[in-house]
Amino acid sequence: MKILVNGAWREGRAANLSGMLEELGYRDAVVSTALNGEFVPVREREATALREGDRLEVLAPMQGG
Amino acid sequence: MLQLYQGAVRSRLLLGSARYPSPAVLAQAVRAARAEIVTVSLRRESGGERSGQAFWSLIRELGVRVLPNTAGCHSVKEAVTTAHMAREVFGTPWIKLEVIGEDDTLQPDVFGLTEAARILGAEGYEVFPYTTEDLVVAEKLLAAGCRVLMPWGAPIGSGRGLNNLLGLRTLRAHFPGVPLIIDAGLGLPSHAAQALELGFDAVLVNTAVAQAADPVKMAAAFAQAVEAGRAACEAGPIESRDFASPSTPVPGTALLR
Repeated sequence: MKILVNGAWREGRAANLSGMLEELGYRDAVVSTALNGEFVPVREREATALREGDRLEVLAPMQGG
Repeated sequence: MLQLYQGAVRSRLLLGSARYPSPAVLAQAVRAARAEIVTVSLRRESGGERSGQAFWSLIRELGVRVLPNTAGCHSVKEAVTTAHMAREVFGTPWIKLEVIGEDDTLQPDVFGLTEAARILGAEGYEVFPYTTEDLVVAEKLLAAGCRVLMPWGAPIGSGRGLNNLLGLRTLRAHFPGVPLIIDAGLGLPSHAAQALELGFDAVLVNTAVAQAADPVKMAAAFAQAVEAGRAACEAGPIESRDFASPSTPVPGTALLR
């Protein structure tokens, strides 16, 4: 399945958000996620199914003014 | 002490965490500024580099309160969603709410800002809105639940200081009990001192420190300026006047003509 992760197409096998994050290298990372523009809290990642063409944003703490 | 919602801080200098030459310099600057509140953001994280994880470790080691922003958001939806994501990551109800309306000046879209503030306030967020000096907008933000306002001094990163002195003085006079933090546009410690002298409760500085030739020294200079400005405000400055008023007593002056 191909999904758009932070603006780049990525291939993944996981069917849910939690598994996809693991597969993409975010294991134990402090990140927040949004799927197709909607915030997905940590507690809902397991139950959030992914579909071909989904847009996933994975954000982390960063410098800011 | 400065009361900001449920939090009380001693330092009236808030520091941004962006644009420093290195993480080490950022850490030194935060210490030199004696800042207790540091602004942060959320940005895309790569599963390979995981640079955000290192940044977050650094901030936590500094032991400061974080004030996450919604920088880069141009709509109510973007700002509200970013606030939701920030609360989960940073574990704070504080949010520095930015809804940008114009890209050349990074002027806030005050209509979107007010709407986003209302939504987030109802959800229990403690909103620090990045706004202009407009009195009516300030009224609307307070009505939307904001208990702190962050009027701009000048466009973000411009270093121009307090652009609209009359407007800012009017804002201060109109809302004597509301914590007002000058956010954006300060370039020099003297700008910060001026803001505090005028009665503003605090300033937020980023570029002026981070992009200085010696950010750590500049951070210390801003800290001193903020302390001096606050002390001057508490000491009760004299009124300015158009004509001279002799400081040396006139009675007793010798007649030597």
